Amino acid sequence: MFYASSLYFTGAEIGLSLSALVLLLVAAWGGQKTARLVTILSVAALVGATIFSIHLFDTASVEIAGRAFGDLYRADAFGSFGKILIYLATVAVLIVTPRFFDHRGAYRPEYPVLMLFNAVGMGMMVSATDLMTLYIGLEMSSLASYVLASFLREDTRSAEAGLKYFVLGALASGIILYGVSLVYGFTGTTNYDAIRVAFAANFSTGALFGVVFVLAGMAFKVSAVPFHMWTPDVYEGAPTPVTAFFASAPKVAAMAMLVRLAMEPFAGEVDSWRQIVIFAALASIVVGALGAIGQQSLKRLLAYSSINNVGFILIGLAAATPGGVASVLTYLVIYVAMTIGSFTALLMLRDPSGEPLDNLADISGLSTSRPVLAWCLLALMFSLAGIPPLFGFWGKFVVFQAAIQADLVALAAIGIAASVIGAFYYLKFIKVMFFDDATREVEKHSPTGHWTVLVICVLIISPLGYLLTIPLGDWTTRAAASFVAVM
Amino acid sequence: MIQTVAFYLFSVLVIASAVMVIMARNPVHSVLWLILAFFNAAGLMVLVGAEFIAMLLVIVYVGAVAVLFLFVVMMLDIDFAELRAGFVKNFPLGIAIALVLLAELVLGIGAYRAGMIELGVASVATAPVLSASNTASLGAVLYRDYLFLFEAAGLILLVAMIGAIVLTHRRRPEGARGHQDIGKQVRRDPEKATVMRQPEIGKGIDL
Repeated sequence: MFYASSLYFTGAEIGLSLSALVLLLVAAWGGQKTARLVTILSVAALVGATIFSIHLFDTASVEIAGRAFGDLYRADAFGSFGKILIYLATVAVLIVTPRFFDHRGAYRPEYPVLMLFNAVGMGMMVSATDLMTLYIGLEMSSLASYVLASFLREDTRSAEAGLKYFVLGALASGIILYGVSLVYGFTGTTNYDAIRVAFAANFSTGALFGVVFVLAGMAFKVSAVPFHMWTPDVYEGAPTPVTAFFASAPKVAAMAMLVRLAMEPFAGEVDSWRQIVIFAALASIVVGALGAIGQQSLKRLLAYSSINNVGFILIGLAAATPGGVASVLTYLVIYVAMTIGSFTALLMLRDPSGEPLDNLADISGLSTSRPVLAWCLLALMFSLAGIPPLFGFWGKFVVFQAAIQADLVALAAIGIAASVIGAFYYLKFIKVMFFDDATREVEKHSPTGHWTVLVICVLIISPLGYLLTIPLGDWTTRAAASFVAVM
Repeated sequence: MIQTVAFYLFSVLVIASAVMVIMARNPVHSVLWLILAFFNAAGLMVLVGAEFIAMLLVIVYVGAVAVLFLFVVMMLDIDFAELRAGFVKNFPLGIAIALVLLAELVLGIGAYRAGMIELGVASVATAPVLSASNTASLGAVLYRDYLFLFEAAGLILLVAMIGAIVLTHRRRPEGARGHQDIGKQVRRDPEKATVMRQPEIGKGIDL
């Protein structure tokens, strides 16, 4: 065991943990007034971790697998790619957060500290190559998320969201743990490589049960149908910046964890898990699209939209090829940009007194009161619907391409047909903004931080994003190549 | 020879104190008998060479759990007459449950004698850790092989603690109900804190 290399490969997590501990002390001694300072320093720590992950991504190769601590953890290209995305999403959320809480005087320095611990947990999830690392990373991230969901503790809806998330999340963790114990019982190991070898020798019915339980728990974490029921309630009740976070970074982490699980330990049992993933994918697309239609709350609408998007991502996973993994990563990048962009725009919608607006009726006539914001939202909604000149189309395109290359033509065809249903409520959103008369007065100015995040997201999903297709293709292919050596 | 003597001594004491746990009328005595049972169980563990479990029994069960029980029991307001009231009524039920447990025990031992069931075979054999005491081997696994996970688990506990404090701790404003001024509490002196009154019979008292 080489501690030096282990510490080097886990550098991002260690750096983030240490900064979180120091910032916790700053918060404990400095009190309330350090909230802004702690936020800025947390952003700096996350940027540092991002740079380190970019470095690991650059130097990663199939030979240097980045195995740390006796293969409990692997800092390969796939893991680094996921982490870069997670850290950047967390930074974006931290930038747009303080203003929301300031209005209620509820912002506290523990918020960025919990975000940092959450990022540590998510990094462990993405890089886990042992079921125990996976579980510990998942719990660290989830536990911080439960607290963040109920951070507005004076608000009963926020408390309800936290409690709901906690109870159902604990149930999902229990399901995963049960599956893990079955897998361990039938293979005698928790290491991914060793599990694959053991499954290749003998894949019994009991082990299949284990795999199904683990996948069911994962489906809960990525909020795929039929384990999606918590999503709209939690997303609606949680403070809006926290919802933006839930819809972006933890989803990337859970999805990357699921992909690694499917492509490493369970890689030999594709036929066993593919039907589950296909069912979850199609059900998510349909339920996400139909559920969103009647929603009046914008946060609930975006929650269903995220369920819908998870369905498309799972189609890429169902392909079970390196191309499929690359398409999942491409979709995730675009999805994060669209989600963060939409929620930032949502955070910029306030009435003159600073109350957040989050009803569909509140945004009527936005094109006259705040034309730039309305046009940004138009681009984001068209992109989420997957309408061609925008980059959201590219994500759907690569996913379906991967499915067709893996001979899953029927899946791709049903997916494309169902994505048309989804277009309906995105278009309704745009219709309300552009063709209805204004009912509420809207705050005219938003701070630069929000604008920066929004403009970056809109630029990525705008037709200009197509300039990214070639480098993005390269990066995702490199990341997906982490699994080629394994398969 | 000495092992045999020690074994029977510990065993008899475990069983006797376990019986006393349920027989003792006073719950505080029950807990004290429980502590004695734990100590003797620890002795049995030492005899079979599981010194780490023996330490855990003493440190965790005696040191923490039993003392916690003791506090809880001392705080309870127990009416002993009521406790015994349902005994005769529930006696047949208790006997029935005891018979079921006895049958289970007999069946279990019989099944064990007949050979164990193969539920599943681990495909990867793990090498047994040799030539080290229990404590050293456990330490090696926990702090060397799984150091990363051990530290991460510590961070999870920290996150849980931060969460609990964030969600429940509130600084109460000066003058509000529940506001605590520690300096003022420390400065308090007995002369000012206590008053002597002689209330007249049948009249209220004005504090």
